Amino acid sequence: MSSVVACELPPRAPGNGSGVDLARYQDAGTIRRLLTSARTVAVVGLSPKELRASYFVGFYLQRNGYRVVPVNPREDEILGEKCYPSVAAIEEPVDIVNVFRAPAAVPGIVEECAGRAQAIWLQYGVIHPEAAERARELGIEVVMDRCMKVEHARHLGRLHWLGFTTRRITARRG
Amino acid sequence: MSEKEVGAETREFGFATRAVHAGARPEPHSGARATPIFQTTSYVFEDPEAAAAYFNLQEYGNTYSRIMNPTVAAFEERIANLEGGVGAVAFASGLAAQAGAFFTALQPGDHVVASRALYGGTLTQLKHLERKLGFEVTFVDPDEPDNWAEAVRPETRLFFGETIGNPGGNVLDIEAVAEIAHRHGVPLMVDSTFATPWLCRPLEWGADIVVHSTTKFIGGHGNSIGGVVVESGRFPWDNGKFPGIADPSPAYHGLAFQATFGEYGFLMKLRAETLRDLGACMSPFNAFLFGLGAETLPLRMERHTANALEIATFLTGRPEVGTVAHPGLPGSRYAALVAKYLPRGAGAVFSFDLKGGREAGARFIRELNLFSHLANVGDAKSLVIHPASTTHRQLDDEELRGAGISPGTIRLSVGIEDARDLIWDLTRGLEAAAAEPAGDETSEETVACPL
Repeated sequence: MSSVVACELPPRAPGNGSGVDLARYQDAGTIRRLLTSARTVAVVGLSPKELRASYFVGFYLQRNGYRVVPVNPREDEILGEKCYPSVAAIEEPVDIVNVFRAPAAVPGIVEECAGRAQAIWLQYGVIHPEAAERARELGIEVVMDRCMKVEHARHLGRLHWLGFTTRRITARRG
Repeated sequence: MSEKEVGAETREFGFATRAVHAGARPEPHSGARATPIFQTTSYVFEDPEAAAAYFNLQEYGNTYSRIMNPTVAAFEERIANLEGGVGAVAFASGLAAQAGAFFTALQPGDHVVASRALYGGTLTQLKHLERKLGFEVTFVDPDEPDNWAEAVRPETRLFFGETIGNPGGNVLDIEAVAEIAHRHGVPLMVDSTFATPWLCRPLEWGADIVVHSTTKFIGGHGNSIGGVVVESGRFPWDNGKFPGIADPSPAYHGLAFQATFGEYGFLMKLRAETLRDLGACMSPFNAFLFGLGAETLPLRMERHTANALEIATFLTGRPEVGTVAHPGLPGSRYAALVAKYLPRGAGAVFSFDLKGGREAGARFIRELNLFSHLANVGDAKSLVIHPASTTHRQLDDEELRGAGISPGTIRLSVGIEDARDLIWDLTRGLEAAAAEPAGDETSEETVACPL
């Protein structure tokens, strides 16, 4: 299992996404609430290679105070944390399951999340509307086609320090 | 969903609101409402791990003000937001911004298709960089999209034009030219200095990169030199034509910018390698002034464009004046493109020809009292210049014609003063231009350029 998706939005032609209403899974209020409330994040498909996007995200989340639980059947330990072969094998409660796998793997991961995770977060390009709807039926919140690192940096972090657009408009101190 | 239910996270704020607020939230430590000027070269790291993470680009952190600075970043985010881009990188000047974009996108042996009606400084820069960096440029008449298609070669890697040409007033058919560029797998870069994001946002029409000389309308007060590159985040830099962006970077232990940063790949490369190595960074104080200028951009552009159209209309009725190249005038060859791309106004910089040619031009400029004779545009103050002897002086006659300039061409940058005072000033200039009989018989076609 290796990460197959970019950390930050892969380039694609406007309209690509097969007509999926991605906005249903990208509500900024929901994203902000999940980022604020979550403590433990399982990263499915986390690579041990430092230059891979999944490692960038896992490293970043760890640096920013989240407990990262790696899910990768080929590794014993990544980022100093014990690796689990699957979401089902994780021995502790998880707030968010962050997925760096090909879309075809998502339905199985959703079933494993039932009763274990509050939310499933599918990285850029990991688009599977049916699995997303199934997750919602199971009471699991869904974020799709968004990077957790970028969204954290946008809402709570320092995306703006490098001149990137956060779309955050506020006169509140914080 | 009612307006009341929409939170600040999801509300689509208007342009004027974003011009004032984007990028400039209250400073969290002091509560300062105005963006502080972070006049510092460098930043203390929290711990060694943080320093490593910043230098490895694993975390968004400040390292050194040649590469990033909080005051500059606030300005970058504001312009990126107004243009609809994923981000922006500011430079020490508009030409530095362009050079940075060329340097990032191009390799030796690459080919560029560019408008031949570009700002003279840009034409000179391209010809200089062609020789120094080993790429080739084909200059085309930008008005006919087919010209762009015909100039494409297998090694073409970039299209480059201006939203509103300087000083010819050519309006680029951005959507058509972007479509041709994309058909050939290359990005369209547009210098939108004359339009500003208030009048036109090229990224919304398919352009991939927008550059500005922020010295002009964005700063708006003629006090600082600066530039910025904005990118859409949509161009597929990993399509095989741009190894400089897609391939692993030796400077970052083999990091592949496009694969790792996705939509931010080009801008990360532009900042972390090009800006780092060329060093042409914007100063924090200039960024403060540009951000301040941007707050009033919509208000100023409304007055700039209204004044400019009123003055262009006035000039068309004067016997001393030949062609008036304001694309917003009725009957302009660009009327359809203005209606499509510039519905709020066709800018405030335009040129006109004095029938009396070069000598009449000198008399005209000498008589003006409000218009400042200088080499700049986009100031709140009205400005005037004679391109053949100043901004476009390096160009030969054929190149001048290519850029839409004759020896008698006068370029105005109309400010935000009272239009009636500006017309008073111009009237005095025109009367002076016509008053001197000695050179009056000569036309622009027969006057030799003494320079």
